[in-house]
Amino acid sequence: MSEQNGMNLTLYVWRQKGPNATGKLESYQAHNVSPDESFLEMLDEVNEDLIKKGIEPIAFDHDCREGICGMCSQVINGVPHGGQDRTTVCQLHMRSFKDGDSIYIEPWRAKAFPIVKDLVVDRAALDKIIQSGGYVSCHTGGVPDGNAIPIPKKAADYAMDAAECIGCGACVAGCPNSTAMLFTGAKVSQLAALPQGKAEAAQRVREMLKTLEECGFGNCSNHYECQAACPKGINVKFIAKLNREYMKSIFIK
Amino acid sequence: MILDGKCPTGPIEKTWDKHRFDLKLVNPANKRKYKVIVVGTGLAGGAAAASLGELGYNVEAFCYQDSPRRAHSIAAQGGINAAKAYPNDGDSIYRLFYDTVKGGDFRAREADVWRLAQVSNNIIDQCVAQGVPFARDYAGYLDNRSFGGAQVSRTFYARGQTGQQLLLGAYSALSRQIKEKTVKMFPRTEMLDLVVIDGVAKGITVRDLITGEIRVHMADAVCLATGGYVNVFYLSTNAMGCSVTAIWKAYKKGAFLANPCYTQIHPTCIPQVGDHQSKLTLMSESLRNDGRCWAPKKKEDSQKYPGDIPEEDRDYYLERKYPSFGNLAPRDIASRAAKEQCDDGRGVGPGGRGVYLDFQTAINRVGEHTIKERYGNLFEMYEKITAEDAYKRPMRIYPAPHYSMGGLWVDYNLMSNIPGLFVLGEANFSVHGANRLGASALMQGLADGYFVIPYTISGYLASIKAGDYSADHPECKKSIDDVKANINKMFSIEGKKTVSEIYRALGRVMWENVGMARSKESLEEALKEIPKFREEFWNDVNVTGEGGDFNQQLENAGRVADFLEFAELMTRDALIREESCGGHFRIEHQMPDGEAKRDDENFCHVTAWEYKGVGNAPEQHREPLKFENVHLAVRSYK
Repeated sequence: MSEQNGMNLTLYVWRQKGPNATGKLESYQAHNVSPDESFLEMLDEVNEDLIKKGIEPIAFDHDCREGICGMCSQVINGVPHGGQDRTTVCQLHMRSFKDGDSIYIEPWRAKAFPIVKDLVVDRAALDKIIQSGGYVSCHTGGVPDGNAIPIPKKAADYAMDAAECIGCGACVAGCPNSTAMLFTGAKVSQLAALPQGKAEAAQRVREMLKTLEECGFGNCSNHYECQAACPKGINVKFIAKLNREYMKSIFIK
Repeated sequence: MILDGKCPTGPIEKTWDKHRFDLKLVNPANKRKYKVIVVGTGLAGGAAAASLGELGYNVEAFCYQDSPRRAHSIAAQGGINAAKAYPNDGDSIYRLFYDTVKGGDFRAREADVWRLAQVSNNIIDQCVAQGVPFARDYAGYLDNRSFGGAQVSRTFYARGQTGQQLLLGAYSALSRQIKEKTVKMFPRTEMLDLVVIDGVAKGITVRDLITGEIRVHMADAVCLATGGYVNVFYLSTNAMGCSVTAIWKAYKKGAFLANPCYTQIHPTCIPQVGDHQSKLTLMSESLRNDGRCWAPKKKEDSQKYPGDIPEEDRDYYLERKYPSFGNLAPRDIASRAAKEQCDDGRGVGPGGRGVYLDFQTAINRVGEHTIKERYGNLFEMYEKITAEDAYKRPMRIYPAPHYSMGGLWVDYNLMSNIPGLFVLGEANFSVHGANRLGASALMQGLADGYFVIPYTISGYLASIKAGDYSADHPECKKSIDDVKANINKMFSIEGKKTVSEIYRALGRVMWENVGMARSKESLEEALKEIPKFREEFWNDVNVTGEGGDFNQQLENAGRVADFLEFAELMTRDALIREESCGGHFRIEHQMPDGEAKRDDENFCHVTAWEYKGVGNAPEQHREPLKFENVHLAVRSYK
C-alpha cells in the first residue's frame, strides 16, 4: 500500500469525561487508512494524531485483539461490533469500509452498563450474574477421573456451543430491552447440558435470573438482535433453554 | 551466590508426595486470619485465588482488565497436556516428564517438571468437574490430539478455544469464592510496586485504573501470576496490556529474575503486513497435526500463486529435516527452520517473511468437513485478518514472540528469594527450561494454581504470624510516594514523542537484535540502543491527561518505561549465555547442520539476576542444574 493509497474517513466518536458527565459526538478525521488495518489500529492512529494536536485520545477497551477476551466493545454505525457476521471490533478490518465513509462510534448503551469514559463501560453486572450461580460447586481436588462419567458427544458439543460466549455484552447492547438473557442463557444451558452441572441446575437458573433483574437488565421479547450482534454467533435457542430451565426450576424446591 | 532450589531428594517418583507430607499445615480455623494477595487472574492466578479462598484464606485478587475472565490465558487455542494415556499409545507421567525436560533443552529443574507431570492428570479431572466442555468421541470419552515435541497424543482440547474454556472454568471457581466472600476481587487495578518490610513481602501498591487512586494492600503473602514479558518486542501474540511491570517492580525490590533471555518464538503466526500493526495473531500449533509446512524450492517461485507451484518444486522442510517428528517438531526448531527458508530468499507473501502451512493433503485424506470441524474457528480467524481462504490456498505463517520461559526465580515451593513472595505460571521460570512445549503453558498455569500453591503456601504461612504489619508502616508510605513520584515525573516531561512511538522503536531493535537469532554483535548493538530509547522516553515523551482519571496513555507509559529497563537485562542475559539452547539461539554456537549447540560444561545452570540500584550493573547468581533421571544429551528430533 503506497503512501497516498489509503482511505480517508470521517469519524463521529462519543466523548464523555466520566459516568456523570454529559457526553457528545465529536468529529475526527482518519487519514490514509490501510484496508489491512484492524478497526482498533485505525483508532490507534487517530489517537496518535489527537495526542500530537494536544487533544486527549479516545478511551476504548481492548486487550487481546484476537477476538477472544471480550474486552473490546463499540457500537459502530448503530451496530455492536460493527455488524460483520461473528466478528468483534478488534477483528473487524478496514477493508469492509470505503474511502470517504462516515463512521459513528458509540459505547455499549444499557442501564446496567454505566459509562466509565468515552467508549469504556462498566460491565461488572455480567460478573455478578456469574457469581450468583454460573458454576459447578466442585472443590479443588477430590473429583472423579475425567472419563468416569461419559458425556455424549452431542451434549458436549451443545455445551461447547454455549460456552463459546466471550462475555463482551454485545447482546445487551444490541437488545432494545438491554437484556442479558443470551449471556445468562448460554451459561445456564452449558451447565445444564452436562451431568456435572445438573445437580445445581434449578437453583442456578433461579439465582442467575434474579441477579439479572436486580442489575437492571430488561427481559427478552424475541427480537433476536442479540444473536445477530454476538461475535461468537451464540444461538437464541439458549434463551429458550433458559426459559425451559426456569420453568422446570419452579417445580423443584 | 549459588542458589538452592530446595528440591526434595530421593527417587523422583516420590519427591512431590514426600514433600507434600513434609510441608507444615495451617489449622482450618486459623486460615482466615491469613491474608493472601493474588495478582493476575489468568489460569495460574485465577486457579490460585479460587483454591486458596476455598481453603479458607482471606484472599484479595487483582487484575488490570475489567473482569478476571479476560486474562490472556483466554487466547490459548490448541490444548492442554496431561499424562492420562487414554489413547493407549505409550504415554506415562514419566514420559511427559521426560519430553518436557528434553523439550526444554535441559535447562529446567527435574523435580519441578516431575511434579508438573504428576499433577497434570488431576487438572483434567478438575476441569471436567467444573463443566469444561472438552472434545469427546462418540462414546462420550475425552478426545486427544498431538502437539509438537511428543510422539504420543496427550493433548486435551475444547475446539480451538481450550485456553478460554479452562480460564472460564477457573473464573467460575473464582466467582463462586467471590460470592462466598472468601475472595475479594479488584478488577481494573494494576500493581505498581511490591511492599517489602524487613526483607519480607508484605503487600502491594496499586493504582485504581478508574479513579487513579494509589493505595497499599497489605497481606501475609503475595502471589504474582502476572504472565510473561514478550511484549518487550512490541509485536507479539500477547494481549496489549501484558507487561513485565509486576515482576519488574518485584525485581527492583530484590527478587531475582531468572533466565530473562529465554523467550519463545512461536512458529505459526500470521505474518506482519504493515507498520500500523499493533499485534500478531497466533495460529494454533494443533494445525501442525494436519498442516504441512513448506516453502518454494526456487527463489523465483516465492511470489507465485502457491497453487501454481508443482509438488516437486516445494520443500517440505520440516519433513525433510526431521523425518521422525516432521511437522510436529518443537517450536524453537520449527521457528528457526522457517526463518532459514526466508533468509534464503524463499519466503512468501509481503516482504518474503512467510512460509506456507498447507492443508491440501489432509483435506484430500479426511475431507474439508473434518478439517472444518477440527480447526474451523482458526480458519475463520485467518480469513478475517488476511482475507484469504485457507481451505483453498495454504496459510501464510511466520514466527512471532509468544511466551517467556524466563521469569522470577522461585524455589521448589514457588517462593522467590524474598520470603512471602510467590510466583506462579508464566511469571516464574521453573519448568519449561529454554523452550516450552506446546500445550504445556495451560498445564503449568493450572498446576501451579490448583495443585501446588495451596500446599506450598501453607508451609510458609504456618511459620509466620498473621497480620503482623499494618498499612501505616513507613515502607508503605514510601512505596506510595515512589509510585506517585514516578507518575508525576512522566506527566512533567511534556515532550514530543508519543509513548507508542518509543515503544515501537524499542520493539524493532529487540526483534532485530535479540529475536530469533542472536550474536555478540547484535546483542552489543541492542545494549547501545536501549539506553538511548530510555533517555528519549524520560526526556521527550508526552503522556497526556491526568493521573486521577481513567488514563490509558499513563497505563501504557508506565509499562513501556519498565520494558525500557527490562530490555537491557534480557539482552545482557542473552550476551553472557555463550551457548545456544532452546529458544535462545546464538549464531556463534551452532552445529554444522545449524542446530543449537548447548554447552553443558559451562552453562548447565540457571542465571538469576539481582538488582543493584539505578546505574549499577545487576549481580549474577547461579543455580546449577542436575540431571539425574533424564540424562543430558543432544536433543534430536530427526
